[in-house]
Amino acid sequence: MTDASSARAAPMTIAAPRTATRRLRPSGSAVVMGLYLLFLMLPIYWLLNMSLKTNAEILGAFSLWPRDLTFANYQTILTDPSWYMGYVNSLIYVVMNTAISLLVALPAAYAFSRYSFMGDKHLFFWLLTNRMAPPAVFALPFFQLYSSIGLFDTHIAVALAHCLFNVPLAVWILEGFMRGVPKEIDETAYIDGYSFPAFFIKIFTPLIASGIGVAAFFCFMFSWVELLLSRTLTSVDAKPIAATMTRTVGAAGVDWGVLAAAGILTILPGALVIYFVRNYIAKGFALGRV
Amino acid sequence: MNKTVNQKAWFLILPVLILVAFSAVIPLMTVVNYAVQDTFGNNEFFWAGLSWFEDMLQSDRMWDALGRQLLFSAIILAIEVPLGILVALNMPKKGFWASFCLVVMSLPLLIPWNVVGTIWQIFGRVDIGLLGHTLAALGFDYNYTQDTFDAWVTVIVMDVWHWTSLVALLAYAGLRSIPDAYYQAAKIDQASRWAVFRYIELPKMAGVLMIAILLRFMDSFMIYTEPFVLTGGGPGNATTFLSIDLVKMALGQFDLGPAAAFSLMYFLVIMAISWVFYTVMTTLDKRDGI
Repeated sequence: MTDASSARAAPMTIAAPRTATRRLRPSGSAVVMGLYLLFLMLPIYWLLNMSLKTNAEILGAFSLWPRDLTFANYQTILTDPSWYMGYVNSLIYVVMNTAISLLVALPAAYAFSRYSFMGDKHLFFWLLTNRMAPPAVFALPFFQLYSSIGLFDTHIAVALAHCLFNVPLAVWILEGFMRGVPKEIDETAYIDGYSFPAFFIKIFTPLIASGIGVAAFFCFMFSWVELLLSRTLTSVDAKPIAATMTRTVGAAGVDWGVLAAAGILTILPGALVIYFVRNYIAKGFALGRV
Repeated sequence: MNKTVNQKAWFLILPVLILVAFSAVIPLMTVVNYAVQDTFGNNEFFWAGLSWFEDMLQSDRMWDALGRQLLFSAIILAIEVPLGILVALNMPKKGFWASFCLVVMSLPLLIPWNVVGTIWQIFGRVDIGLLGHTLAALGFDYNYTQDTFDAWVTVIVMDVWHWTSLVALLAYAGLRSIPDAYYQAAKIDQASRWAVFRYIELPKMAGVLMIAILLRFMDSFMIYTEPFVLTGGGPGNATTFLSIDLVKMALGQFDLGPAAAFSLMYFLVIMAISWVFYTVMTTLDKRDGI
């Protein structure tokens, strides 16, 4: 609002040099944002800081940056199968889940965005309740269900369990993007003699490519960050990294350096793609609305 | 968009329906079964009627957990919503710094939830954490594993750190959709900064803010992983929220009947809030005229 007040106080002719001087002086907005971003970054910096220290230094001396820089913690993780298999397991079920969710969600989202049919609103609402369902309610029944059909401790079990919230999420996000595509495009394609599958793959999919990207990203993230179900449904062969991390307490106490390094490595996938999805974060969390 | 009536659209929904039925309806029916039966072991069950529900409704344990849960949700909403709006108002509108802020603010949203817990577990420790160490150096008697008040403060600050960006990003999306003409008109009328906020920005943000509040309420209402990793629900039961209590009951003590009755009541509350959420979403869609 400094714009308005300065414009009001002085004629427009001298407003130009004022903006030049104002650029040098820190504005209130910059201070607020600076403080907020500092608040966000400090804990993450501290984790990074600890991951680059030896345990002796972590426990011995309190220092704001690593005095003797070491990558030993990362080495431990990348060479010990019980650690790096956690990442591999997580990645396997997350990718499986993302693929399944998108495949089933695409046609459904198209149906919701284009047609009205018996029970469509109820169904759309029911999907939402599953996105909102507390995993704690489902932990025990899932355990029994997947044990009884012999899928306990397999990647597919976790991938299917995560469909509980990721399929509804994908349907809602994709529907939000699809409704932005004019219906005339569909009709023209049908007149031109395209069959439904040909139209869907050749014409429609490219039009909502960004929507598919966003839905895939959010399926990936929500499956990646979930702990309760993935921990309940696995023991050894498909144990995710999140569960491995909760058991770092050894005979010599907690191995803080390795724990911190493992944490930093789990942040990486999100951090790598964050730049490309930065304008869609709000839209994805708000289920394709906004 | 006016939709065509087409009952065949059901075929497009079918894959989703089957998958979600498998991962939601079957487990939920298991829960219903447990909620109305009792067992002496050996997999022999008999009808128990509504006695588990009566037990749970009379137990202090559930009401205490619910009370803590509501208090927690209320506090984090009271902090995150105003703070999120403040941050959104101060974010740069375009250019490098806008992208920079978006990327940094999105980062906490994409960190696995158990790592969020780990980050604050480390950050708050008096011996090795920056926050705990600083507070101790300033003379505060801070210990989040022993002191109830400190535990609450830490859990709340952790949630604020984790999720305020979501509120801010949603509010920011709402702000950006306001046409410049509104601000120009306000300038001509010499409206104060507060008047611009109160009569232009706030009404235009109302829709997305409603989404943000509901999303935050739902997600905080089923929070599990972060406090579980940070405090394990302690000290005592001080930070045992609904999900933590439920998992303790179902997977820790294997009290199937009470846990199932608890689950169903929990789920009903979630359904009710989901309905509000759905209504808000669909009215928003209509208002935008898409």
